[in-house]
Amino acid sequence: MDESDALTPLHPNHVKAMRVATLLAAVPFVIGALVLEVAGLLPTGVFIVPVLLAAVLIVIRAPMRRYMARGYVMGEDRLRVVRGLWFRSDTVVPFGRVQHIDVHQGPIERAYGLATLTLHTAGSHNASVSLPGLADADARAMRETIRAQIRRDTM
Amino acid sequence: MSEPADPPETGERRTEPTGLLLRAIGGLRQLVPAIVAMVLVLRDEGPWLLAAVPLAFVLLGASVFVAWLQWHRLTYRVGTEDIRVESGVLSRAARSVPYERIQDVSLEQGPLARVFGLVEVRFETGAGGKDELKLAYLKAAEGERLREVVRERRDDAAAAAGETEAHAAEPAAEVLFAMAPRRLVTFGLFEFSLAVVAVAAGAVQQFDFLLPFDPWDFDEWQERLAGPGAWLSGLGRTAQIVGGIIAAGSLLLVGFATGLVRTFLRDWGFTLERTAKGFRRRRGLLTRTDVVMPAHRVQALVFGTGILRRRFGWHGLKFVSLAQDAGASSHDVAPFARWHELDPIARAAGFAMPTEDLDWHRAGARYRIDSALLAGLIAGGIALAVLVALSATGAASPLLALIPLAIALPLAAWQWFLWRFERHTLDDAQVYARHGWLATRTDVASRIKLHSAEIAQGPIARRRGYATLHLGLAGGKLAIEGIPLTRARELRTAILRSITAQDFSRIN
Repeated sequence: MDESDALTPLHPNHVKAMRVATLLAAVPFVIGALVLEVAGLLPTGVFIVPVLLAAVLIVIRAPMRRYMARGYVMGEDRLRVVRGLWFRSDTVVPFGRVQHIDVHQGPIERAYGLATLTLHTAGSHNASVSLPGLADADARAMRETIRAQIRRDTM
Repeated sequence: MSEPADPPETGERRTEPTGLLLRAIGGLRQLVPAIVAMVLVLRDEGPWLLAAVPLAFVLLGASVFVAWLQWHRLTYRVGTEDIRVESGVLSRAARSVPYERIQDVSLEQGPLARVFGLVEVRFETGAGGKDELKLAYLKAAEGERLREVVRERRDDAAAAAGETEAHAAEPAAEVLFAMAPRRLVTFGLFEFSLAVVAVAAGAVQQFDFLLPFDPWDFDEWQERLAGPGAWLSGLGRTAQIVGGIIAAGSLLLVGFATGLVRTFLRDWGFTLERTAKGFRRRRGLLTRTDVVMPAHRVQALVFGTGILRRRFGWHGLKFVSLAQDAGASSHDVAPFARWHELDPIARAAGFAMPTEDLDWHRAGARYRIDSALLAGLIAGGIALAVLVALSATGAASPLLALIPLAIALPLAAWQWFLWRFERHTLDDAQVYARHGWLATRTDVASRIKLHSAEIAQGPIARRRGYATLHLGLAGGKLAIEGIPLTRARELRTAILRSITAQDFSRIN
């Protein structure tokens, strides 16, 4: 595996799942802004307009950009996970160092048929490397591949 | 697979009953402040105190009974493959720790435990802190026996897995490093600490209600001085200067004394031995600890020093492993030694010492320039804020804003020194990373014992083309900051090649 290897993009549903999650996170702020608006402390629109603008930005635009920034490369003996919009992180975990593997589905992920694959290592840094936004079947298949690579004879 | 030396026992055992007494004494010590507080609160309420006495006895009896019940219900069993501990009065917990997963067994003896000949046995598995299996208290001989059992069983398991090279080591224990009292005195002087002053001040603040006067009332101090202290203020300037010198001197004395006492308590009789299977370290004046760690469990070495002690050629060495050492994440194996004394220790652990003739690389100049600029910017921002605030309120001269600006200069200079001193390199077997300027720290990790490699870049780093390489190290951290992106990729590719060539379960 080389740095030049093209990253495999995540499942397109990952964008939708992130949008739903950010939408849910934005709701309390919008409600708060509405309450302040109704209270009429300042001229109309001072609270609700910026909050709504910010909400639209983080619900529509940010998930798309985050999705574009993420990707992975499944190599022969290692998994490379790339993520981060501002703070880029490019992690490689060799299968021989994986202690155990999790496939996790939250409620939103389940609705979109997605799953998060998490590799746990013994290192203190990167003790767990997670790769969200995989199709559920893909995540399970990857888990099987990685598990087969962990030599079990001495474990 | 060779037969175990003694047949596996299946009997359940309990910890020593005298341990209960030890715990009770320990518990009483914790109770003393509570009792003192209670007496202080109740002393004005005479008759109520009498009512509290039987109640206290009932509570005491109940807690003794519960402690006895807990003791009675805690049993351990040394099996063929694992150690099992069952405990709990109402809800039972059964824990099993396989021998192969035990990193080391440490024995600890507090001063009281030593009187009774008891030890606290800890099985280090890397689970960390509270999750570790602990048996308190066992007879000292039983602790030793358990340790031997664990070692033998683990070796059998290793032998079964085909790891025979561990048996090739020499049988006799060889002392790798020891500290004589003279060395301890030197060490203690470098451990200068004023922590005790802070503790005393904290205690005064906490318990000021017990003092017959208010220590925080300046006027009262002046009044007190006005009596017997009046002659002092009358002695004039010279006497005051002498007084100041005496005060500073006594502070220094307290600092040195604290350092000496702490060092003697912790490191008295420090001995590090190379045994057949690994390392054994014993130390402690009142609380003796006896830690054994297998050589192949050592993940990395950390060479440390201090600002002053470096000038006198003193260094320290720690082993990084999954096991913990009395709360600290790394094992002190030579806290205060000459550089050449560290060499045999490192070699015994299978590591090579960092030398000057390695192909050392520095962090990128851009990274240092950006860090210096960032420090300048932050200091400038603070200066501006101070300037605005002081001009607006007029509380003090706006010239005070120059102080944060003046701090920016040494910060930038510091980056220059870091650029000169911080370096890293890679050889066939190890990764080296040196950090810091005045008190440098050198991390040496075995390439095959790393677990992951991450290249991280912040927004500035991305524009300027440098990155930080984080390496996954079991039980510690290892990062190489601010290296050019191409260099980071080169290093990662090389390290990953070593990692993937060796399966982890074979080396650990």
